[in-house]
Amino acid sequence: MSGLIKSSIARKVAMALSGLFLVFFLLQHFTINFTSIFSADIFNELSHFMGTNPVVQFVLQPVLIFGVIFHFVMGFVLELKNNKARAVKYAKYNGGANASWMSRNMIYSGLVVLAFLGLHFYDFWVPEMVHKYIEFAPEDPTRYYPELLHKFESPVRTGLYVLSFVFLTLHLWHGFASSFQSVGFNNKYSAAASKFAKAFSIVIPLGFIVVAIALHFNQH
Amino acid sequence: MNLTLKIWRQKDASSKGAIVDYQVKGIEGDMSFLEMLDVLNEQLITKGEEPVVFDHDCREGICGSCSLQINGEPHGPDRLVTTCQLHMRKFNDGDTIYIEPFRAKAFPVVKDLMVDRSAFDRIQHAGGYISVNTSGNTIDANAIPVNKDNADDAFAAATCIGCGACVAACKNASAMLFTSAKVSQFALLPQGQVEATDRVLAMVNQMDEEGFGNCTNTGACEIECPKGISLENIARMNREYLKASIKG
Repeated sequence: MSGLIKSSIARKVAMALSGLFLVFFLLQHFTINFTSIFSADIFNELSHFMGTNPVVQFVLQPVLIFGVIFHFVMGFVLELKNNKARAVKYAKYNGGANASWMSRNMIYSGLVVLAFLGLHFYDFWVPEMVHKYIEFAPEDPTRYYPELLHKFESPVRTGLYVLSFVFLTLHLWHGFASSFQSVGFNNKYSAAASKFAKAFSIVIPLGFIVVAIALHFNQH
Repeated sequence: MNLTLKIWRQKDASSKGAIVDYQVKGIEGDMSFLEMLDVLNEQLITKGEEPVVFDHDCREGICGSCSLQINGEPHGPDRLVTTCQLHMRKFNDGDTIYIEPFRAKAFPVVKDLMVDRSAFDRIQHAGGYISVNTSGNTIDANAIPVNKDNADDAFAAATCIGCGACVAACKNASAMLFTSAKVSQFALLPQGQVEATDRVLAMVNQMDEEGFGNCTNTGACEIECPKGISLENIARMNREYLKASIKG
């Protein structure tokens, strides 16, 4: 088993599994966000549940944070190792001839998504933690929608969110589809799985964009 | 046609190399890329200069000796051919062509365009074989029934000539396509399955020790492979490795 933890294949599988876990989380996050554009009440109800349920708060949330940290730290480790594997670079390298831009630039699309996560945590997660676990403010189940709406007043913030979701599409386009290959899934169903992953990579970030823009233009 | 060549020149493994410009004239479209380099070397020898060193042997695409990163792609812009099978008709008069060695930490330059690919030999030595008593009592391989699909896939994997184009093409200098082809050609056949667990662990371990990079599924290796070795082999190796790690 020790070989499994150190080897290149183990790292590859770990990247794929943590990525798949984050994809699953994205779907759940999107589903809740999407309710905000047609019902403030449903959004408040779901957010209140997620924000106060002890299993979500003290089990799922730490697992998610670990998953995010693991995925980007492992991404950096792999990038450094891969850079070392070709110390002298080519004078001319025609990467576009044999691989997509998305697959060759996961580190850059990943860095943009990571920077976005910083902003997103600053916007929502940090105030939420302060509200609940530092100030111990009394819970108001109707506070979530107004807080969300307030964040999307700013056109700059809305623009940054939209731009980040475009990079999320680029990251998922290669990452999600290729995670199947990493875990050894390559058979007659692979083409269909890849199409599903690529559709997901467009639909979910596009959905996040629709939510951000809808909230921006729906200020009361 | 007349061409400008930008060729990597490096005196020996410890020297610092550089790109040097050369002009070649009178190149025919029917010449192979290596014949074009032969013309250049004749010119250099006539002028009393040192010829460009490059690997070559069979010159018919089966030995895996020739290499060269040509205009940023291993074995040049053509598909499913080695450099010796690449014809100059793929280029135009007046073109500038970059010619560099296959680059990887695990493939150190010996001289000019020649690199040491013995890392592949060591991966093969680690487990790319089956233990058979060859004292005269060997059972004919054809006596063992083999599923046709598996036989075809094993044969396709075994067509890998170990040239190293997969490593050269990969942005991470990963050797997963080569190693997976060598793992697959045995894993798919009954004779190879007996030692499958030890084989995949030993070969992947050797691959990592050689300093190759990690596979990120860009697929560049499959596109540039002169033998069309499929990415399915890498998925198979991943499965074999996970199975073996849990078992072993």
